[in-house]
Amino acid sequence: MSLYADLRLRRGDLELRVALAVAPGEVVALLGPNGAGKSTALQLLAGILPLDAGRIELDGVALDDPAAGVHVPPRDRRVGMVVQDYLLFPKMSVLENVAFGLRSRGMPRERARAEAGAWLARMGLDGYERRRPRELSGGQAQRVALARALIVEPRLLLLDEPLAALDAGTRPAVRAELRRHLAGYDGCTLVVTHDPLEAMVLGDRVVVLERGRIVQHGPPAEVARRPRTDYVARLVGLNLLTGTASGRTAELPSGAVVALAHDATGPVHIAFPPVAVTLSPRRPEGSARNAWPLVIADLEAHGDLVRVTADGAVPVLADVTPLAVADLGLEPGGQVWASVKASEISVYPA
Amino acid sequence: MSRRTADLRVPAGLLIPAALGVAILVLPMAGLMVRAPWRDLPAILASDEVLTALRLSLVTATVATGVALVCGVPVAWLLARTALPGRSVLRGLVTVPLVLPPVVGGVALLMVFGRRGLVGGWLYDTFGISLPFTTEAVVLAQVFVAMPFLIVAVEGALRTADRRYDDVAATLGATSWTTFRRVTLPAVAPGVLAGAVLCWARALGEFGATVTFAGSFPGTTRTLPLEAYVAINAGDSDVAVVLSLSMIAVSVTILVGLRDRWIGAT
Repeated sequence: MSLYADLRLRRGDLELRVALAVAPGEVVALLGPNGAGKSTALQLLAGILPLDAGRIELDGVALDDPAAGVHVPPRDRRVGMVVQDYLLFPKMSVLENVAFGLRSRGMPRERARAEAGAWLARMGLDGYERRRPRELSGGQAQRVALARALIVEPRLLLLDEPLAALDAGTRPAVRAELRRHLAGYDGCTLVVTHDPLEAMVLGDRVVVLERGRIVQHGPPAEVARRPRTDYVARLVGLNLLTGTASGRTAELPSGAVVALAHDATGPVHIAFPPVAVTLSPRRPEGSARNAWPLVIADLEAHGDLVRVTADGAVPVLADVTPLAVADLGLEPGGQVWASVKASEISVYPA
Repeated sequence: MSRRTADLRVPAGLLIPAALGVAILVLPMAGLMVRAPWRDLPAILASDEVLTALRLSLVTATVATGVALVCGVPVAWLLARTALPGRSVLRGLVTVPLVLPPVVGGVALLMVFGRRGLVGGWLYDTFGISLPFTTEAVVLAQVFVAMPFLIVAVEGALRTADRRYDDVAATLGATSWTTFRRVTLPAVAPGVLAGAVLCWARALGEFGATVTFAGSFPGTTRTLPLEAYVAINAGDSDVAVVLSLSMIAVSVTILVGLRDRWIGAT
């Protein structure tokens, strides 16, 4: 009783090859940059787009199997969908929106409306039955969209950037609420997002998609601590290097050597946070064994700190205070030494 | 502001032809107003011929619009939402009447629906029905000439409507017919209304196809424009002017009603 999907599609520049499995009650977050194929994957699962090849199976029933000529149309799939802008039917009341699925399946109007009313109450929206969608806040519209999708008891729920349309102020509260509603849903859920925080908070498991392929998957904490691609590393705010370890050192493809706190062997990922990087005008003395001469490529405000992008044999991101920027006279094109303590570096097999 | 005052300096090479163009469009209507027999106007409007023609015009234009809605909206849907092969050819065919001289439409209708026409012959032989020179023929001529306006307007509305609503409806279990009825049609309702009004106005003013295919029989096929033509030919310019004015009133009312959609008034 679960989703198994092997999605293969070529469309324009995108070549999608994604294998996914989602257990009942599990929430999988599909994380990736724009154009990675996340939304396309959802459209394939919803049956809006046909697969080139592969297979989609829900609760043991094939929904798509191009080789066998199987394509179950969207309306017979029991797959619910909530998209970024919610797409509530604008000419219908909130109650009619939620009752739409039941009415479409032939339920008498009064019964469908009663059930829709019960769902609205469950979503904390009693009293909003007669409102029009445009009279709702973003968070309320999202709950209506969720109720509209869940009322027909889908076995698979697809959420496409469910929080992207909200302003930054309301997003945390709506996110927490969405998480609560998803926890109460016993079907499979797939959330598409480009926001790492959203993926970490909502997902029991995170699957990272880049250019149509899965590049990393695992529990949120694992993905956040041990990124395997530059994209994920940048998302979770870590420096990521790849090299070959031998004992307490690792050699990068550029020839630079990184000192490690623990023994390691073979191909490794080396990760450390930008705040662990110290910048200084001359080669630093003292305990930091990793020090590299670099050229500053870019400076940009990053919260209360300034994020410095420096290139060289070991490209790094460093977060320093505005005061340090002034003291060191940092500017693009300038020379600087970057140092990191071995104890701040985490190393894991590539 | 400075931008706007600068715009006021219009070169004479543009101003003079523009003034001429406006005059050509506005003078005839102004002339009608000047020549209108305002004192006799109520009596003329209440006369039997005028009332009969008015009633016939309103009824036929309304029925024609109804037919155009029932058949034209599905045509627009086919053009906008399906991957029908030969769609562009079909679009070209159904919009030909927009540029066709109406009298050509009338001749064509006569060839097809006339008593010896392709369809008309069969209708007459089988059911004893003869279309030409009946009120039904008036309606048919109006549909032929006016339905393309509706199709073009509705197709445009369907193209700009967000198709993802249809996808959502499908995931909720709706059949494509339910989706069309409850989601697509309400979304394009303003476009359908605009198309229907335009279609109605065009049907009301129909002359060439009507007079060719349906003739000019008082009470059955002599609509307002035909009545005006008969009046002016009979030298009764007062009646012709009053009928013309009443049709201008209808046109202006419709333009004002649709100005937000079509003229983009701000």
